[in-house]
Amino acid sequence: MAGLLHLQSAALLSPASLLRRRGVAPGQGGRRRRACRVEAKIREIFMPALSSTMTEGKIVSWTAAEGDRLAKGDPVVVVESDKADMDVETFHDGFLAAVLVPAGESAPVGSAIALLVESEEEIPAAQSKAASFSSSSSAPPPPQETAAQAATPPPPPPPPPVPVAVSAPAPPSPATHGGARVVASPYARKLAKDLKVDLFAITGSGPGGRIVAKDVEAAAAAAPKKTTPVPAARPNVPLGSTMPFTTIQGAVSKNMVESLTVPTFRVGYTFTTDALDALYKKIKGKGVTMTALLAKAAAMALVQHPVVNSSCRDGKSFTYNSSINIAVAVVIDGGLITPVLPDADKIDIYSLSRKWKELVDKARAKQLQPHEYNSGTFTISNLGMFGVDRFDAILPPGTGAIMAVGASQLTLVGTKDGRIGIKNQMQVNVTADHRVIYGADLAAFLQTLSKIIEDPKNLTF
Amino acid sequence: MNTAAAASVSAPAVASARGPTRSARRAGGIRVCGLRGDALECRSLRISQAAVRRAVVARAAENGVAGSGGFDYDLVIIGAGVGGHGAALHAVEEGLKTAIIEGDIVGGTCVNRGCVPSKALLAVSGRMRELHDDHHMKSLGLQVSSPGYDRQAVADHANNLASKIRSNLTNSMKALGVDILTGFGTIVGKQKVRYGKVGFPDKEITARNIIIATGSVPFVPKGIEVDGKTVFTSDHALKLESVPDWIAIVGSGYIGLEFSDVYTALGSEVTFVEALDQLMPGFDPEIAKLAQRVLINPRKIDYHTGVFASKITPAKDGKPVLIELIDAKTKDHKETLEVDAALIATGRAPFTKGLGLENINVVTQRGFIPVDERMQVMDADGNVVPNLYCIGDANGKLMLAHAASAQGISVVEQISGRDHILNHLSIPAACFTHPEISMVGLTEPQAREKAGKEGFEISVVKTSFKANTKALAENEGDGIAKLIYRPDTGEILGVHILGLHAADLIHEASNAIALGTRVQDIKYAVHAHPTLSEVLDELFKAAKLQPREELKHKPKPSRPPPQPLLKVLTFITSLLSTQKQNRQPYFTEEPLTNLRKGSSH
Repeated sequence: MAGLLHLQSAALLSPASLLRRRGVAPGQGGRRRRACRVEAKIREIFMPALSSTMTEGKIVSWTAAEGDRLAKGDPVVVVESDKADMDVETFHDGFLAAVLVPAGESAPVGSAIALLVESEEEIPAAQSKAASFSSSSSAPPPPQETAAQAATPPPPPPPPPVPVAVSAPAPPSPATHGGARVVASPYARKLAKDLKVDLFAITGSGPGGRIVAKDVEAAAAAAPKKTTPVPAARPNVPLGSTMPFTTIQGAVSKNMVESLTVPTFRVGYTFTTDALDALYKKIKGKGVTMTALLAKAAAMALVQHPVVNSSCRDGKSFTYNSSINIAVAVVIDGGLITPVLPDADKIDIYSLSRKWKELVDKARAKQLQPHEYNSGTFTISNLGMFGVDRFDAILPPGTGAIMAVGASQLTLVGTKDGRIGIKNQMQVNVTADHRVIYGADLAAFLQTLSKIIEDPKNLTF
Repeated sequence: MNTAAAASVSAPAVASARGPTRSARRAGGIRVCGLRGDALECRSLRISQAAVRRAVVARAAENGVAGSGGFDYDLVIIGAGVGGHGAALHAVEEGLKTAIIEGDIVGGTCVNRGCVPSKALLAVSGRMRELHDDHHMKSLGLQVSSPGYDRQAVADHANNLASKIRSNLTNSMKALGVDILTGFGTIVGKQKVRYGKVGFPDKEITARNIIIATGSVPFVPKGIEVDGKTVFTSDHALKLESVPDWIAIVGSGYIGLEFSDVYTALGSEVTFVEALDQLMPGFDPEIAKLAQRVLINPRKIDYHTGVFASKITPAKDGKPVLIELIDAKTKDHKETLEVDAALIATGRAPFTKGLGLENINVVTQRGFIPVDERMQVMDADGNVVPNLYCIGDANGKLMLAHAASAQGISVVEQISGRDHILNHLSIPAACFTHPEISMVGLTEPQAREKAGKEGFEISVVKTSFKANTKALAENEGDGIAKLIYRPDTGEILGVHILGLHAADLIHEASNAIALGTRVQDIKYAVHAHPTLSEVLDELFKAAKLQPREELKHKPKPSRPPPQPLLKVLTFITSLLSTQKQNRQPYFTEEPLTNLRKGSSH
């Protein structure tokens, strides 16, 4: 232990890195986790959070047995976190009345794993309480003398496994499968556990019908969709009443009316996105979003077509904007805002994705600074995620063009060699200010953009 | 020794004409897998070293002159693996006329089908792992886009490395004038060997001393059909002819573990099948547990423990590889796995058939040749067979390349007139996963058992790589080092390391054990900062000894270095032999030898 806490390195050690041994000197107790309740006579010992990433812990062994007398600082239980095994010691003198989570089992951080009482006479009371824990672990504990428990509710029940939509009408519970075998690759099993997907409900696409990782991912992705219609069925709005505009709604309204003074026109285009989708799949694990990819692609096309990135404000002159700032429309809290990715042509896709995430978080928290939403030179509005295949956007005043992006969908197409093929295609529709941008400009821009999207390797540098 | 020197005094003139000098040989980089095993005797060696070296330069240049008695050779070694090679080199150095018989290719398992090519694959897997670890790369500020690999090029790297090391080995022996005889060797009588094609040993030579160093082959339990394509052993796997999507690895000892590192880095998913209840049964339990957290759980690996693979059928007619699992205790059928490939890593079996042992009344024990602590072969009646030795995997004492080499050197010391006993507890072992695992001496349970029997206390201290500057600079803070020692005497009983470059770090500990250095002395040794070696520095400094006053009242065991070590050796040997008898037919890797069989390097 002394070696572990070597002075020069102590600051570097996260608690999780400390490999604890039993019976260390009391002087070091301060670094240990104390996981006991103070208020009640029957105290609960909780599963401590031993590292910042720990969500549940496994009981390696109980150092103390039920009925043992414990002194403050005695180790009670060894807990295995995602990083290491650690001793958890009691903060109080008393008796270990009941073990709620036996060795070998896991419990979420913060849930009670044992009960501690002050005197031997209380042990039976605690044990009957423990029985109620085990009979219905999700029910709140009986109120009795442990009033303070209200402050910390018992552990939430484990989330029910998400049923996964598959061809089977009603996936039977695993128990009924008895001897039935599920052939799933090791990683698929791991994912299924992490994503809480029932392997019995999946049809495998691997060799010999084996379930592979992508089957589990697909099932997990499909699962939430099933639950969304329920809350969406009846939005909670005060019907029949007239509401004044909020500030943000007012601003949108003003801009929309102003846009009527701008003579706009529209040009549509269809992109084949198989390559873009493949790229997205490959790098989405690194935090890259489709929005960032589209913004990046548009920015790269704009480099070659500066006129589409220009703007006309007074009707007499126009400005070739010096930087390419891509604004992306997002809906927030009933309003519409366009966070801006500045210099999107110069920033790499990973940084751009991070920047986008940061902007969205800020927008949600209503902390965007004015320059972060009104400095856009080109706007993207994407409704593809709702299944919209095409739409028409209104040009925000002060910019040259806005691109409306539809969903990428499997489409039957005639291929160059005269056959019929299936490709993922996406329709876009650009609205532009015809005072400065003409039809041929937009057409050339869209052609460049389509080349970038159909061969997207340059998006990642 | 002096007589040996005298015998070759007449040689110097020939010497310079015939071959390179000793220093030239040194530069040739021939110590591939070997380890100088002089540890215990180092003091006596050191005294005369300068003089010996001068004499050796003269003698080493020529492959000795056969000693008295009219033998063709002073020493004939059967098997040119790392053990035979180490013995041959040392024998020439000692002025013995030496021949080595090789029936296959020089280098044996280590160089051709073991440590060497596997290290090439592991070098690739280590880099792939780093490049694929986005989090790691990002935290270092690096950006790498989707790394890939060319399977054939990886396989070629392993193959080229083996060829290169093999030619180094061959050249080093040729340069010294060791006679390399081709064919399978058979002992036909006392000090008499025949060699030639299998079954037709047509040439006969006599030798004053004979060393058997025939090594081992992968062990395949019955019920398993090896086709070399979808069901295979490490011999095939090292050729990397395919990278299956899903591979089952039968046996989670160091061979299985290293291959799981390679396969998962190259994109495979792995299922371990382990007969014992715990994965990595040969390791210190605490290390095994941490290794599971670092090397198994975060990777695309799952496992079945406490089961035998009773039947494995290769893939054919579009059907996958089928693995029947039965409960290791009840023998009930448990499950059938369907995978793309299966690697059989259940240990290694000695290669001792056809040696003609019946001619000299020697009976093998499950294939292993029985030897005493001086590697002298024992006959069926338990008597030493004079002038016959067996080293390396064939005797099963410690199935590691460097152990074989050390045993060979120890034997040459003896036949040169200096008694020598190798301390097997000072021989380190390593598993070259990412991060690496290494160990020397006893595991904690072994140490506790020994302590209980002999009535002393043990203490354990640990240090973490997370507290090491260099490890943190590399962003590789996973790992611990663990020291098991006697708090009364400061004797080091075992050291276990899991972490970055653990295989290179262990030698400070193994040297300390070999030289009898105690904790209270080694803790004052200085380590460069910042280095990974400071992990061990901290470890030794963390060890607390019992205060002197307390010691005075205790009966103090007097401790001249070699004796306790010998006791430990005897203890281990007895431990091994009992376990071997109880060995399940299926699982040949018992704790201790398990990890160490043929490990590396």
